[in-house]
Order: sequence, then structure tokens, then C-alpha cells
Amino acid sequence: MLQTAFDTEPSLDAKEERDIYLSAFRFMLLARVLDDKLAALYRAGKIHGGVFLGRGQEALSTAVGISLREGDVFAPLIRDAAGRLAFGESVLDSVRTHMGSPHGPMRGRDGNVHRGRPREGLLPMISHLGAMISVVNGILLARRFQKKSGTVGAACIGEGATSTGAFHEALNQAAVEKLPLVLVIADNQYAYSTPKSRQFACDSLARKAPGYGVGVQTVDGTDLSECLKAAGAAISRARTGGGPQLIVANLLRLCGHGEHDVADYVDPKLMNSSLGRDCVKAAEEFLARRHWLDASQAAGLREDIVHEIEAAVAQAQREPAPDPFAEEWRAIASEHLCEGQPEHRRI
Amino acid sequence: MSLTYLEAIREAQARALRDDPRVFIYGQDVGAFGGAFKATKNLAVEFPGRVIDSPISEDAMVGMAVGAAIEGMRPIVEMQFADFSLVGFNQIVNQAATLYWRTNVPCPITVRLPFGGTSGSGPFHSQSIEAIYAHYPGLIVLTPATVEDAYSMLLEAVALDDPVIFCEHKFLYYHLKAEKLPDEALPVGKARIAREGRDLTIATYSAMVHEAIEAAKELSGDGWEIEVVDLRSVKPLDTDTIVASVARTGKLLCVGEAWPWGGVTAEIISRVTAEGFGLLDAPPQRLNAKETPVPYHPNLWAAHRPTARSVAAAARNLLRQ
Repeated sequence: MLQTAFDTEPSLDAKEERDIYLSAFRFMLLARVLDDKLAALYRAGKIHGGVFLGRGQEALSTAVGISLREGDVFAPLIRDAAGRLAFGESVLDSVRTHMGSPHGPMRGRDGNVHRGRPREGLLPMISHLGAMISVVNGILLARRFQKKSGTVGAACIGEGATSTGAFHEALNQAAVEKLPLVLVIADNQYAYSTPKSRQFACDSLARKAPGYGVGVQTVDGTDLSECLKAAGAAISRARTGGGPQLIVANLLRLCGHGEHDVADYVDPKLMNSSLGRDCVKAAEEFLARRHWLDASQAAGLREDIVHEIEAAVAQAQREPAPDPFAEEWRAIASEHLCEGQPEHRRI
Repeated sequence: MSLTYLEAIREAQARALRDDPRVFIYGQDVGAFGGAFKATKNLAVEFPGRVIDSPISEDAMVGMAVGAAIEGMRPIVEMQFADFSLVGFNQIVNQAATLYWRTNVPCPITVRLPFGGTSGSGPFHSQSIEAIYAHYPGLIVLTPATVEDAYSMLLEAVALDDPVIFCEHKFLYYHLKAEKLPDEALPVGKARIAREGRDLTIATYSAMVHEAIEAAKELSGDGWEIEVVDLRSVKPLDTDTIVASVARTGKLLCVGEAWPWGGVTAEIISRVTAEGFGLLDAPPQRLNAKETPVPYHPNLWAAHRPTARSVAAAARNLLRQ
């Protein structure tokens, strides 16, 4: 999160603009390098379960995270490492959750992308697609009750999630209640292995927006500049009473569904098309063209990032694993109503 | 003045809204219309802006409640019929029920399920699905059988820091009356001896408590004294009270309106057998609805569910052993 993001400043001076782009690029690169590190740890057998990366979606994800403010709500999905970092999640939270550290926010009870800090506005996703959108709605409705105005909630999904009932119910619900929801669809062409032609039959998901009565923008998801402008505008409109906003970003997933997936089903034509452009590279070139970041500065930035990530990994690796004997095994807050294990009962 | 089970639910919600600014009600037709059963009658007028009509979106209704609870509210979600809660099942069992365990952030939502059979309601407005919810860690499942419990347990449900599935029986809505609302109540998690006896324990809940009491009255004509344990909550299940009753009677019949495969009655028998095998003088028995969807016609429906007559017959069989 930035103090000064696009949604608060209708016109930015050159220095502010540069600062935002540099900050955004830093989050994109941080997410990319962190993803690479997590992939390496996964291949080395250091991470149990899955690893799901956001390669190719850093521009869009960062744009959303960086355009939100403190007090806003963010429900990222599996490819939003960049947006999480931009929203304020620490590298350590990610590494600890991937490695199952009891000191992470999920304490080894859930892993990888299933992490968050709900009280700080960062929602931990469940695996069921579309399910987080109505939860964001609920937080926004609560704030209306509590007379807290001026905050927005953003939820990220992929194009596959638009096929769910949960997506439909929640977007419709947000529209009915005129909630300040920004719903971001990363149309990354494949839901796991299923091409989008098997997911929906309209020519663009943006067409759905008028049906729900919500505003919409379509962007090139590989272009940081377009993503920043669209996210800033959508968040600003939602914040100022414009009701729910939809963003549809066209891009390509530059990795498998998870690191277990070689993704040989991806059409090579797509990889060679403009959709397959690497947004991190494109952003770096953009910054270089503007003379905001030269090659040696970029190398220095990358070096700093590598150090930050290595430090977090080293710390998480030194931490103990969760202890099943120390685990409370209690799923409810009302301790006096906990049944526990039958074998622990007397008689 | 007397009031019904349904009116007690309305009064409990009114009191919760009055006493706690964090409470709001969200559900289909609950606003100006006052709900399909009128459980929220006039509440939208008394508490403007806090009794909100939802779209027909059970998934989003529960998701909305979870979000509001994260933000410190105490939502009550009214499902029009328990059967429709299955459309919101994912949000209940995967979102609400797991939130506290995953994040340490409590999820104080109350989901009201008007449940159970009434004559003419058919397969999709009659289901008893308490056991499905009870199966999931992270949920509390309440099944009040009396007007007093409907009132006090709904208030406690709203006050609890966990997701509560509040199963209110539609058959009891209008039939059951009490003179006044209770000033005190047993806490959630404690079963109640609804009728004392020494020859056989019937452990049951919700509408079946009344069928069991009718059966006990019939059997008392033959000199049998039947103890009826009203579970009140199926999760947590007050095994202690059931085992203590079986210790007095030596015989156990579990009665439930839900389907026979698994479920609350099976759970009770499993626990009593494991924890109090030596107390049993005969194999424990159970009586449930038939293994078909709930039928529409009154003749079929009356034969599908346990009734005082079939409970009495099952009890006689067990008493003969």
C-alpha cells in the first residue's frame, strides 16, 4: 500500500508518478523472485503440498494491491503474491506459511496460498473459487453498519471462477447492496488445463458487467501502466460511491497451475502472442525507457530483493515444525463447548 | 398471555437486536414482509436498516455473514427452509466452520434453519439435516424442543463466538405454546430430562421430544416409566446426561426425525456403547424416519416419520428384552 496512490491523486506530478512505478516494479520483482525461490524449495522437497505461482500476473496483482489503502480489504487468489506484498503482507508470512512454521499466521494449520490476516483486511482464501467475494461484501456491509466510510474491498479471481454460482451470487449481491467492491478477473486463458472456450461462450467477460449493473474496464494485463490506471480508477469509483467495479485483465499464466504441472497443454501460439509477454520484463523496459531505472539500478534492486528473501527463508527454516502434542485440536472459540476427542473423555 | 415457539424466536431476535447493536438479520423476505413464517414480523420497522432482504443466494448470504462477523458484527441469517441451506453449504462448512481454527478470528454467525417435516411440505421443505452440519468441526448445532429453549438458546446462539446452526422445527412453530418467556435457562451444551422414568431412556431432540413424551404417557398406562432426555443441542452432545440416564434405566432408545444412515441417533448409540456398555441391559435401539425422501401426502408423511405410536411400539419391543 502506498500513501499516495492513483485513486487519491487525479493528476500526479512526474516525481510521484515515478515513485509509484518504481514501488510497483519493486513489488512485481519481489513477487517474481519469491515465486522462483518457492519453486526451488518445492523442487528440493522443502515445501509440503502445493506451490502455486503468479508468474505473468504480477502487473495486475501489484496494481490492485498498491492501489488499496490501509483499512481496505483484499481477498487475493492463488496468483497474487505481488498484490499481497503491495497490500502489506510480509515476505516472512508467505515463507512461513509455505514452510508450515508455527510462527506464521496459519501456524501450520493451512499452507501455501491459504494465508491471511483477516483482522488486518487480508483474507485467507479457501479453495472454493468465488467463495471469498461475498465475504468481502460482508466486511463492506459491516462497515456501512459501523458508519465507517471510504474503504473499499478488492477480490481477485481467474476466468475459471466466473463459472461458479458463488461468483454470480456475490457480484449480484454487491450490486444490489451497492457495495464498494472491486472484482478483478485475471483472464489467464486456462483454468488449470481447461481453456476458456470451455468455460464461457461470450466473447469477453466484460460483457457480464452490464448484466449485473456494475462498471467494467478491460485491460492488457501484461502492461503495468494500464493495470495501475484501471485499478486506480476502479478503486476510486468504488470508494466514492460508484458501487461495484469489475476489471477484466487479459494475460497468460506463465507457469503451470501449480509447480507439479508442466502445462504442456498451453497453446504455443498463445505464448508467442502479446498475451504471453512477460509483464515484469515489460515493466523493467518501460522504467528504463523513462530513465527511472537503469540496468545497474535494476541489478542492485534484484540483489536487495534476493537478500530479503534469503533472510526470510533462513529464518523460517530455523523455526521448529508444528508440534502435534502442543496443538490444541480445538475448532471452536467457545472452549466450554468443545467436545474434543471421545477417547479423552472420562468413564 | 401465551406465545408460540415461532413467536419466541421472533422475540429472541427482537431482544438480540435491541440489546446488541452488532446484531442484524439477513435473509429472503425477512424485511418488510416479515419472513416466510413471520419469524421477523415487524422487526424491519422496529429496527430500521438492520433486517435486510437478501437475494435468493444462500451461498452469498452466508459469505456475507462471515465477512460481517470478521468485522465484529453478529449476523443472524434466516434460511427460508433448512433444505435451502444446502445451497449455502460450502460457505457454512468450509468458510464459517474453518475460520477460527485457521486464523484465530472467531466467526459469530447464527444460521437459522426452519427444518423438519410438516404435513404437505414434501421432499424439499421438510428435511432434517442437523447431523450433516454436526459432522463438521467448527460448528455448534442447536435443536430446541420447547418455546422456552427456542427463546433462550437463540439468544445464546447469537452471543456465542462460533457459527451456530439453529435448527428450529416448523412443526412446533404454531403448536407449541408457553405462558411466558423464561427468565433463566439451561446453558447450551446441557441436555434436559424432559420426563423422569426408571425403565427405559428415550434420547431425542426437537419435535421428537413431544412424540416421545406422548409415547411415555401411553406406556405409563401399562405401568412403564419412561425417561425422556431432550438433547437440546446435538453438537455439543451432552453424553454425560444420556449415560447417567441409561445408568438409571439400563435401556436406551434413540429417536430422530432424520434419515437412518448415520446421524445423531447413531452417534448417541456409539457413545453410550463405548462409554457405558456395562450399563446396558439390552442392545440399544434407534428409530428414525424411513430411508426415502420426505413424502408429500399426509398419510405417507405420518408413516415416514417416527410418531408417538411408533416410538411406543419400539419402546415396548425394547422393554420386553
